[in-house]
Amino acid sequence: MAEQATSEVQHTEQMSFVRKYIFSVDHKVIGKQYLFLSLFMALVAGTMAYYVRWQLAWPETAVPGAGWIPEPTAFSGIIPPEFYNALVTMHGTIMVFFVGMPLLLGAFGNYLLPLMVGARDMAFPRLNMMSFWTIFTASLCMIASFFVEGGSAAAGWTGYAPLSADPIYTGVTWGLNLWIIGLALEFTSFLMGGINFLTTTVTMRAPGMTMLRLPLMVWMQITAAVLFMLSVGPLVAGAILLLLDRTVGTGFFLPGKGGDPLLWQHLFWFFGHPEVYVVLLPGIGAVMEILPVFSRKPIFGYRTIIWSTMVAGVLSFLVWAHHMYVSGMDPNLVMPFSITTILISVPFAVIIFAFMATLWGGSIEFKTPMLYAIGTVTTFIIGGVTGIFNGSPPVDIFIHDTYFVVSHFHFTLFPSVFLGGFAALYFWFPKMFGKMMNETLGKIHFWWTMICFNLVFIPMFVLGMGGHMRRIYNPMQYDFLKPMQGINQFITYSAILLLLGQIPFIVNFFWSMFGGKKAGDNPWNANTLEWATTTPVPHENFDTIPTVYHGPYDYSLPNQNEDWQPQHLEKEPAAVA
Amino acid sequence: MSDIAAVPQPLQKNGKGMFAGQRQELVINSSLFGLLIFIGTEIMFFAGLISVFMIIRAGTDTWPPAGQPLLPVGITTINTIFLLVSGFTMYLARKAIGHNNTKALTRWLGLTALLGAIFLAVQGSEWVRLISFGLTISSSTYGGTFYTLIGCHGLHVLGAMIALLRVLYKSVRGTTYSSSNRTGVEMCSAYWFFVVAIWPILFVLVYLN
Ligand code: HEM
Ligand SMILES: [Cu+2]
Repeated sequence: MAEQATSEVQHTEQMSFVRKYIFSVDHKVIGKQYLFLSLFMALVAGTMAYYVRWQLAWPETAVPGAGWIPEPTAFSGIIPPEFYNALVTMHGTIMVFFVGMPLLLGAFGNYLLPLMVGARDMAFPRLNMMSFWTIFTASLCMIASFFVEGGSAAAGWTGYAPLSADPIYTGVTWGLNLWIIGLALEFTSFLMGGINFLTTTVTMRAPGMTMLRLPLMVWMQITAAVLFMLSVGPLVAGAILLLLDRTVGTGFFLPGKGGDPLLWQHLFWFFGHPEVYVVLLPGIGAVMEILPVFSRKPIFGYRTIIWSTMVAGVLSFLVWAHHMYVSGMDPNLVMPFSITTILISVPFAVIIFAFMATLWGGSIEFKTPMLYAIGTVTTFIIGGVTGIFNGSPPVDIFIHDTYFVVSHFHFTLFPSVFLGGFAALYFWFPKMFGKMMNETLGKIHFWWTMICFNLVFIPMFVLGMGGHMRRIYNPMQYDFLKPMQGINQFITYSAILLLLGQIPFIVNFFWSMFGGKKAGDNPWNANTLEWATTTPVPHENFDTIPTVYHGPYDYSLPNQNEDWQPQHLEKEPAAVA
Repeated sequence: MSDIAAVPQPLQKNGKGMFAGQRQELVINSSLFGLLIFIGTEIMFFAGLISVFMIIRAGTDTWPPAGQPLLPVGITTINTIFLLVSGFTMYLARKAIGHNNTKALTRWLGLTALLGAIFLAVQGSEWVRLISFGLTISSSTYGGTFYTLIGCHGLHVLGAMIALLRVLYKSVRGTTYSSSNRTGVEMCSAYWFFVVAIWPILFVLVYLN
């Protein structure tokens, strides 16, 4: 059988470049493909944010670095309202669907899940490859939409009808159709991914890997996959209907033709709220792996965390109308939805307390991944707490559609996608690329990002409470907003700094990949199975499939020689002095 | 939870790009499990369409709107019976392969495919008639919901038919399936049961409303 394994390895060395790196069915290669795709898309969407911020701070002046955009999209760098709407829309769409999901689920889910459960690959490797090339095509649709006549989608990332349902309102024709098609492809891609994640976890765990010995990252990934797959169906139905409204003249969402625009909002948010957890859970899943390793303590409340996640998952299907308090829906729905919304913060509070208890009394080591993990949690607390404000109808009636909401969701999504994503990247980079990342650059990157992020988004709460509407083109058109323009400019300065703060990361990423210090198999002394195999990880992951003897978080157990107990090794009998 | 006996497993491939032999016993075949998850999302997809229908229906007073034809309830009832019977013949096909009876498998699969084809043909010809009476997808929300709900179901039946014909083709050739190798049949039948089971709900909602 060992022979069989070696012949397998030789076989792959003979594989052509294309099979090995491009149309690869290896979950590790696919994970990296997702990683590069999402980082690239993050650059694209980040640039859009810069254009948007400039317009808000110094309205209708030429944006430095936008001069290359041809007319009529921009005029020597000046961004017209139509393009502004497109930028806001596409920034949101790309960040949620083409950065958040591919980074957290696509890259880390694909790379880690088979390793963590002790499998040789995903259950359906070819489906996995298809899922990447589907989202790749979807990304092309999104980018292409900027170049078609009429420009790209401009109806907000939520695509509210009737604005999105009839081209006469935005002047966007094929751009929005491509937006719908791109999203549908993206959904298909993650549907394939989700089927793989779940099937692999259920049917392909290594011997001894019971469900309650799975690393929490795996639990978070599969819960996210389930939430996604259960919520996306109705939105796909809605997307088909929207496309029909736009192309063949039906009127599902057009009141003039007997349709109902609120219907779209219901379909979108029935998906939309679970979707925010789809992005959140893998992010905090990475945190759950990192905290125990760098505080050398078992995670506090393993089962409690799993239960809380499930409760939150179920509740996430019952809160969607909190996005619609002032939409004109039946007011009798407001009360029940505000109750479920307040309830859903309870399981998250439980998880946050579990994190704090994990840190409590640990021997904490502030390596970059740990800094990012703690940063994720602290930042997310502000996001969660402001969510409760949004969830109370009397408050929300005032702050709805203001920058308060914008700030709320950046305080939730930024920690999960970027802080959690960076935590994961700094932590698993040694396994993925065989090299350590530079600590100094990592720490500079962390503090720079953390500080600038807060400088951008804390003032936004103030703007929101001052009544600053979101999605407006030019705040200077409103007298009551003029006194706050200084805040807008401050935010833009900070946002530019935040973007520049990613340079140390980019440098670190490529420099470490090629010239970094060689990482051993297990540089952090961690327990989970991905650290049990060699670095670089061989084709089919393990020479022999490991057997699992205990849970993933046995750090600093009493009566043991080491302060860590890899899952694939039996606990040592106590050393006799 | 009890531990699974800890025996390191050698590398084994089952030839389909899937790896077996890592666990002592698989609770469920991976492909079938994956398909069941997919059917779960499909159910949610139809749940979305159905809620669209119900909300639009609730917001409209005259249904069908003036000048729009009634739906052909009688012939569709008969067609419904064809589809339901095809579910039963599919069940018999499944049972046949359980008893390793490949002849019966081919027979029942063939009959199922025939019934499915009849269902699709009747649906298609009814659509042609409805269009000639002026019911189109854009003529009203009545037409819009009808064609999207029923059309989506029709497309699903068509997809299931293609899978079914593939399985049928393999079973005609004889050697493919046996009682120990019947995942293809099981997957095909699971999907077929799904398209059959969702139909009565759509029928009652859309036709008898
Ligand atoms: C802890 C519990 C949370 C509560 C109670 C909560 C509550 C709310 C409410 C009521 C709104 C609607 C505000 C309005 O439009 O007036 C909202 C918006 C939003 N929330 Fe949260 N939220 C929570 C967590 C999260 C998380 C974890 C994420 C993402 C990871 C998130 C992402 C968003 C987004 C993207 C929006 C704005 C959508 C839009 O209108 O564009 N929220 N939240
Ligand atoms: Cu929500």
